[in-house]
Amino acid sequence: MQETIKRKPKRKGKKIPFAYYMMVVPIGILFFIFHTIPFLRGVFYSFTDWSGYGTWKFVGLKNYLYMFGNSNITHAYWFTFKFALFATILVNAIALAIAVGLNGKIKYQNFLKAIYFLPYMLGSLIVGFVFKFIFGNMLPSLGRALHWGFMSSNILGTTHAWVGILIMTIWQGLAFNTLIYLAGLQSVDPEIYEAAALDGVNPWQKFMRLTFPLIAPFFTINLVLSVKGYLMVFDQIMAMTNGGPGNSTTSISVEIYTQGFQGSQFAVQSANAVVLFIVVLTISLIQLRVLNKREERLG
Amino acid sequence: MQANADLNNNTPAPRKSKKRKKKVNWTLTSVMMVLAIFAILGPLYITIVIALKDPSQMSNVLSLPKQIHWENFKNAWQMTNFPKMFLNTLFITVVNVIFTIFTNSMAAYVITRYRLKNKFFNMMYYYFISAMFIPFNVIMLPLVKEVSAFHMDNIIGITFLYIVFGLPQNIFLYSGFVKEIPTALEEAAEMDGAKPMQIFFKVIFPLMKPMHATVAILSFMWTWNDFLMPLVLLSNPDQQTLQLAQYVFQGQFSTQYNLAFASYVLVLLPVLIMYVFFQKYIIAGVTSGSVK
Repeated sequence: MQETIKRKPKRKGKKIPFAYYMMVVPIGILFFIFHTIPFLRGVFYSFTDWSGYGTWKFVGLKNYLYMFGNSNITHAYWFTFKFALFATILVNAIALAIAVGLNGKIKYQNFLKAIYFLPYMLGSLIVGFVFKFIFGNMLPSLGRALHWGFMSSNILGTTHAWVGILIMTIWQGLAFNTLIYLAGLQSVDPEIYEAAALDGVNPWQKFMRLTFPLIAPFFTINLVLSVKGYLMVFDQIMAMTNGGPGNSTTSISVEIYTQGFQGSQFAVQSANAVVLFIVVLTISLIQLRVLNKREERLG
Repeated sequence: MQANADLNNNTPAPRKSKKRKKKVNWTLTSVMMVLAIFAILGPLYITIVIALKDPSQMSNVLSLPKQIHWENFKNAWQMTNFPKMFLNTLFITVVNVIFTIFTNSMAAYVITRYRLKNKFFNMMYYYFISAMFIPFNVIMLPLVKEVSAFHMDNIIGITFLYIVFGLPQNIFLYSGFVKEIPTALEEAAEMDGAKPMQIFFKVIFPLMKPMHATVAILSFMWTWNDFLMPLVLLSNPDQQTLQLAQYVFQGQFSTQYNLAFASYVLVLLPVLIMYVFFQKYIIAGVTSGSVK
């Protein structure tokens, strides 16, 4: 408004043309309507007793208190944390090992890289179905033929079902993490190694003292994305166990889906979603802080 | 090996050719090869052979089919209403990729260019970036209510939501890229009297090509393989996607594994074919989307 008065061709205080606002504001409003409003409504419902339809009233923190007393929900948190922890550690450790292997003096490097990345392309629901068959039919019949007791039953029907889900998750998760670690390893200047070789360090020391600090930013990316992704685990559980046997493999997301939509816990599961959001946010921020600090120290 | 590297150091050849001359570590190559074949390709091999067999050949799951049963594909095709599901999924994917590239790059460009000069755009930047921390699972319960109130529980509605929900991540991706583009080109275009839209579409948009590729690949992978959003938003059987159909038909497949696996192959095949042809670009795109 005031810019219409001073029309001097000054660079700094120049008015931003209306067209630029039109390039951001409409889609920003749509994002607000379909993303932010549902988020805020979810927070709002978590303080009510709404069942998804009909009347409602405020109940304060009752849903949150109920959550901590409900063994299904606390178990879902226990399972999800356990799963995310194991999946993150194993996926990253194995992915790093594969990336080091792929970065070695090997032949067919690009071909192998393409093979190891392939699982990333496949939907985790279908990969889950395939592994469900492997665990449920193929391995038990193989176990019976070989008289291997531990393999003759379907792991997904036992108390170790989560291990089956973990194995499938590792199989698929390796693809992305390996790619990122490989990008990190390839960004390291080989001359650094040549200098280190003169000082006579062994390969393990070389990796821990030289390579690892240099690829620390890639480690940060992988760790943050892994934890966030595995705390949301959903597709493979729906494919492999549907949360069972019992509720032993029901993750937080599966719990929100089954109880929130099919059960009658709309408000309680809204509270659950809010807690999940706080958990994910807190863990991501802590990780970013700690890992960035360590990167600075190492760098 | 060290001596070898030192020798190469004396030659002024570029690094690439230096790599070529390195001695191949055949032990490592074989380990990596064996692992790739058994661990990665193994499950895919199982999927394909089961899809080609009939139940009588299932006693030895791993054996190659004695007789190929193409009719599994025909039956799975009809049973899951494959053409309809395929077209639905293709529609979502293609429309999402096209609209995402145009709308999200436009918003990201303006926000990145003006956020240091203008408080409003700076606020928009932080608004979108902080939304990255809100996973879909957190908003899905209220969203489903909202979507059915707006009658958006169909293919067009979900496509629209994908375009909007991709914004935080895509603004983050494009923003890192736009920062590197020098402003001189735009200033020159402005001097010549170009309008903002013209500057964007004629000057900036073509320069963003590498990031368009990354965004296109990530959006494609997201929508093609997504299960949760179709599961909660699409209930009408005519309005479902390939992934959702696999879940819905689990009960009907029951123990007809050959049929189920033929159906999985039908869903995986388009992605696998695409991967064979564009593998290099996909890998580069995903890498540059995560690593700066």
